[in-house]
Amino acid sequence: MKFGVIVFPGSNCDHDCYNAVKDVLKQPVEYVWHQEKKLDHLDCVIVPGGFSYGDYLRCGAIARFSPVMEAVKKHASRGGLVLGICNGFQILTEAGLLPGALIRNRDVHFICRHTDLRVENAKTPFTNKLKKGQILNIPIAHGEGNYQCDKKTLTELKKHGQIAFTYHGENPNGSVANIAGILNKSKNVLGMMPHPERAAEAILGSADGLGILSSILNTR
Amino acid sequence: MAKIKVYVTPKHGVLDPQGKTVEAALHTMGYKNVSNVHIGKYIELEGPENKIDEMCKKILSNPIIEDYRYEVTE
Repeated sequence: MKFGVIVFPGSNCDHDCYNAVKDVLKQPVEYVWHQEKKLDHLDCVIVPGGFSYGDYLRCGAIARFSPVMEAVKKHASRGGLVLGICNGFQILTEAGLLPGALIRNRDVHFICRHTDLRVENAKTPFTNKLKKGQILNIPIAHGEGNYQCDKKTLTELKKHGQIAFTYHGENPNGSVANIAGILNKSKNVLGMMPHPERAAEAILGSADGLGILSSILNTR
Repeated sequence: MAKIKVYVTPKHGVLDPQGKTVEAALHTMGYKNVSNVHIGKYIELEGPENKIDEMCKKILSNPIIEDYRYEVTE
């Protein structure tokens, strides 16, 4: 399975994602510069965390107009997998690939620590190696991870099993319905605030993120 | 080209953690009668007046969480 990790000016989790795919999943992976217009040769595109374009205006607001994002939309529309992590999640919502928006954390400060996630839907390309209700220990590192959407959207998310992960125990950022990660309706696009690539090996303190990354390999 | 001032504010009903924090600080300082504090953005630009609405919708604001208004000054 061929992976691509998008690199925007200001991405800073691109190397971690690349390492997790190459050295832990043992899959072919390449960096994709944000000016690229073709992703036809890739199976899974990772939109990594960081501060694309300095997070100016709003997180993800400028990155979403990069040339590569048109290619990401095409990739998603033909059923290709897209995983947006942290800033990547923010970019996917700004681009309209996922509903809702991410706003400032409830307590207004940047939070960097391990959190417990609950798997809400284990029947997706990103969670098929996990069990519904399983608790994963995966770190978060964000200032704007507070997922918000209107009531109608939340009802839709619940109805179609689009909530992938919720925070288990304390909700660190104030997100609606404790949401930590959501999917599009067809389940080939996942956006999540926690960083599975930072929990892909035991030496990092948790290998729970590997369950998510290795699920991707199970899909084809 | 017109000179345009754009104001972007959190939609009413959407959580505004910055506004809430500043409001709490004002209360702590003794300004007890302060309420409904909201924090937004102010953008100045020179550009075509007939495109400003489009620019506001597409990038200057996120219509899911924010409202915008603008003034054309000259």
